[in-house]
Amino acid sequence: MANLVAIPVLVLALVLQTAVISRLNLIHGSADIVLLILAAWALQSRVKASWQWALGAGALVGFVSGLPWFVPLAGYLLVVVTGRLLRRHVWQAPLLAMFTVSFIGTLSMHLLSLVTLRLAGNPLPFVVSLSLITLPSILLNLLLAIPVYSLFRDLAGWIYPVEVEA
Amino acid sequence: MKQSFPRLWSPIRQPSLQTIVIALVVFGLVSLALGGYFSSLSNFIGQSVVGAQTWISNRYLAVVDFLTVPRDVASLRQRNVELEAEVARLQTQVIDLQGQVTETQILSALVDFARASPESTYKAATVIGRDPSPFLRYVIINIGSNDGIRRGMPVVTDQGLVGRVDAVTGEASRIQLITDPASAVNVNLQNSKTEALLVGSITGDLSLDMISQDVTVQPGDVVLTSGLGGGYPPNLLVGQVVSVRKLDYELFQQAAVQPIVDYNQLHFVLVITNFKPVDITPLVPTPAP
Repeated sequence: MANLVAIPVLVLALVLQTAVISRLNLIHGSADIVLLILAAWALQSRVKASWQWALGAGALVGFVSGLPWFVPLAGYLLVVVTGRLLRRHVWQAPLLAMFTVSFIGTLSMHLLSLVTLRLAGNPLPFVVSLSLITLPSILLNLLLAIPVYSLFRDLAGWIYPVEVEA
Repeated sequence: MKQSFPRLWSPIRQPSLQTIVIALVVFGLVSLALGGYFSSLSNFIGQSVVGAQTWISNRYLAVVDFLTVPRDVASLRQRNVELEAEVARLQTQVIDLQGQVTETQILSALVDFARASPESTYKAATVIGRDPSPFLRYVIINIGSNDGIRRGMPVVTDQGLVGRVDAVTGEASRIQLITDPASAVNVNLQNSKTEALLVGSITGDLSLDMISQDVTVQPGDVVLTSGLGGGYPPNLLVGQVVSVRKLDYELFQQAAVQPIVDYNQLHFVLVITNFKPVDITPLVPTPAP
């Protein structure tokens, strides 16, 4: 059931990302709604299928984006790994965990993109990229982190209802 | 005995001095008024009186409204709701029509451009998205291989060069803008009659590189595609030089270019479908091991 829900959710998120969110820039950075969804999903204690979501999201974004296909895949898997690790250690403060995963995830994703582009023969200036793209993107992701977390906590509650013993 | 009778008539008396003075004063005042000497005074009095009357009349009507309207509140509220709904519907219609007008203007400009360049065949497309990665400057359009789009085809607007097709699916294509950091376009400087390489950047700015030190480049020089390399057709407008950086110890000059197309406001583009890009990769010499 959870894996089936992932398909429309991730496709809708990707459509939203390419059609709207990528056009809403802060300096030259933009939010990554797919990354936030994966972070929020990985932090839900009842969720077991976050790996599959990361694979699906990575494949979708890798197909649409001009980046090499493995960059979104590796980046989103890293986000899920970070989320699952933090879920065990910071389980009492889910919002703090969400902020941390968003921050680390965005930073990792951008570093991975920069390194890959450099290896592909397109060296981007590191400091300029950090100040004009990565930092604004982190800020936008942190702003969107709370609403996305709330939305996906409700979705997790709907997909994995708490069983009440009689 | 003398009997007294009431006097039924009084004899005509001579006018007293007081009556004469009053008559003269009245006559004098009337004469002055007719002569226009009291116009400012009469205007002031008139305005005051009219102002006071207007104020009283408005208050009176307000009181009358207050006393009579409550009987119609329900119907008025209903009417108000209906009118608000009508206004909202009309506003939506206006916005929709404004969008259609803008779209028509853009399409009309594109059609004019296509007519002005009959040597090329064009396919119009709508920009439906941007690349999810903020490091890349790609847009996604709503036509693909089913419409005859192939990788490498140049993309333009009525203003100038946009980029080229980077990847194609059946129903959509991904366009690499010339502002992408990995983009490089061979161009001509029209006034200086020299070749240069136009490169994008992470901020979306365009700059010219590989300009010989011997050439004089000036702000305002028009930048056109040269067609060298086979990636783009020649003579597509790109922009204008805005500043030049020339240092004696460097091999080449550099220049900043103001693009003619606003790449943040791309809505419609034209794909040149009869241009076949040449892949010169096999001809590029590789360094010997």
